[in-house]
Amino acid sequence: MKILVCISHVPDTTSKINFTDGDTKFDTNGVQFVINPNDEFGLTRAMWFKEKQGASVDVVNVGGPETEPTLRKALAIGADTAIRVNTEATDGFAVAKQLAKVAKDGGYDLVIAGRESIDYNGGMVPGMLAAMTDANFVANCIGLEVDGTNAKAVREIDGGKETVSTALPLVVAGQKGIVEESDLRIPNMRGIMMARKKPLNVVEPVDTNSETTTASFEKPAPKGAVKLVNADNIDELVNLLHNEAKVI
Amino acid sequence: MSVLVYTESENGKFKKAALEVVSYAKAVADQMGTTVTAVAINADENDSLGAYGASKVLSVKDGSLDKFNAKKHAAVIEQAAKNEGAKVVVLSSSADSKYLAPLLAVGLDAGYVSNVVEAPSSTSPFTVKRTAFTNKAFANTEINTDVKIVGLSNNSFGIVEAGGSASVEDFSPSIPDSGVSVESVDKATDKVSIADAEIVVSGGRGLKGPENWGMIEELADVLGAATACSKPVSDLGWRPHSEHVGQTGKPVASNLYIAVGISGAIQHLAGINASKVKVVINTDPEAPFFKAADYGVVGDAFEVVPALIEKLKAFKAQNA
Repeated sequence: MKILVCISHVPDTTSKINFTDGDTKFDTNGVQFVINPNDEFGLTRAMWFKEKQGASVDVVNVGGPETEPTLRKALAIGADTAIRVNTEATDGFAVAKQLAKVAKDGGYDLVIAGRESIDYNGGMVPGMLAAMTDANFVANCIGLEVDGTNAKAVREIDGGKETVSTALPLVVAGQKGIVEESDLRIPNMRGIMMARKKPLNVVEPVDTNSETTTASFEKPAPKGAVKLVNADNIDELVNLLHNEAKVI
Repeated sequence: MSVLVYTESENGKFKKAALEVVSYAKAVADQMGTTVTAVAINADENDSLGAYGASKVLSVKDGSLDKFNAKKHAAVIEQAAKNEGAKVVVLSSSADSKYLAPLLAVGLDAGYVSNVVEAPSSTSPFTVKRTAFTNKAFANTEINTDVKIVGLSNNSFGIVEAGGSASVEDFSPSIPDSGVSVESVDKATDKVSIADAEIVVSGGRGLKGPENWGMIEELADVLGAATACSKPVSDLGWRPHSEHVGQTGKPVASNLYIAVGISGAIQHLAGINASKVKVVINTDPEAPFFKAADYGVVGDAFEVVPALIEKLKAFKAQNA
């Protein structure tokens, strides 16, 4: 089985979010970048397939050279080859189009992406990629088994989950549950050394038009201080929620 | 060139989010000088959508659509959009709508923006405000394609009664084959889901053990709320993973979020920050949640929560 795992290069959760150039660009100054958490769950599941069932695992990112350390980390975790599509990730559609080209050219059986990236949160790339490559698609995937060309997946739905049967070629949007947090792997020294020697292929983009443009960013208005209610005066909390916040 | 809206239903009954997306679609249609057409699948009382601003409802009745299937449902909406010559399609942020939206976007060659929180600030260029960086910022995003898809964040616009009426037409689109079929659904039908809830009551490690969740459930029950939990609680197996809210868990965008015994790690706050009003109950006044909350009680959950339940019951009795 040939597996492709899509990797987003995203600011670490604890990063301060600021904007530059008149609030039109994300300020990367001093920001630590990581593998998008939802993608890391998928990558870990891909390693399981590689080790237990036999599979090759490639990772791909759409972005500039600054994203390569993130791809190297994926190689250190155990991916075989990395691919970087050398263009700025302008919107979900543009990214999906580049990934679709890589997926088609590589003839992958299974493509695993994250439910959403924790920076732009669009949640659209995996589905668009599936539609563009005519692959089956399972969103919010919290369980995945593959047997030959058949697959069984569990999808998280509002208020529960459902089990679906499907077949390769397949795109899944993974999240916590496809593996658990305790299954995640920290690259060891041997992995890191090996990752330096593994291929990281840079490919040039197909046409790079996007369908949406972010004109500006803004930060939420500063929040007022918390209103403290004395633990002996819970009537007051009920009163505030009813009369002031108007939520009950 | 109407505005098309997909109105989800469950067992024939429209979901609350469906009424919200119709209200939103009406606001967009008014800005564009056009009308709202809803597409409803296996729903009853289709004409009821008129009250929220739909002029026309395309009613699809098809047994093969009883179980949600992203590809099939997207195909229905795509055909409805083409039939109506719709320039804007409005969807909710339910798990199902978010599943079908990217398929629909490719089918319609439409630019799609998700997590939208307000009516468009301009219709030319078509510009919407959406959350980004896991609720730490907003982006004002223009959609440059002829047809546009807006995914509305739940509870962001609210339900607005416009007081109109809708005509109902039968609509029989062709349904494609799908390579994904549902084998089983495991869903608690007696509980409010986190996605649908206006109020969410969430418990953390401060509750000391799963045996203490009775009061969380009772508080949720009094409020008609969904129950949720922090990541450590689901990792410890005290509560099911489906209740885990936060960055890697379920996102919450409720009107009221009550956190009991949750310290407020940044990953947790990222997932719940879209909630409008946040209440924290915690023994530690230094817990980071107090910086994110609107109302706080420094105190022992085992005293505060039962007191709150009692006061809320009295309040409900008075206001019933």
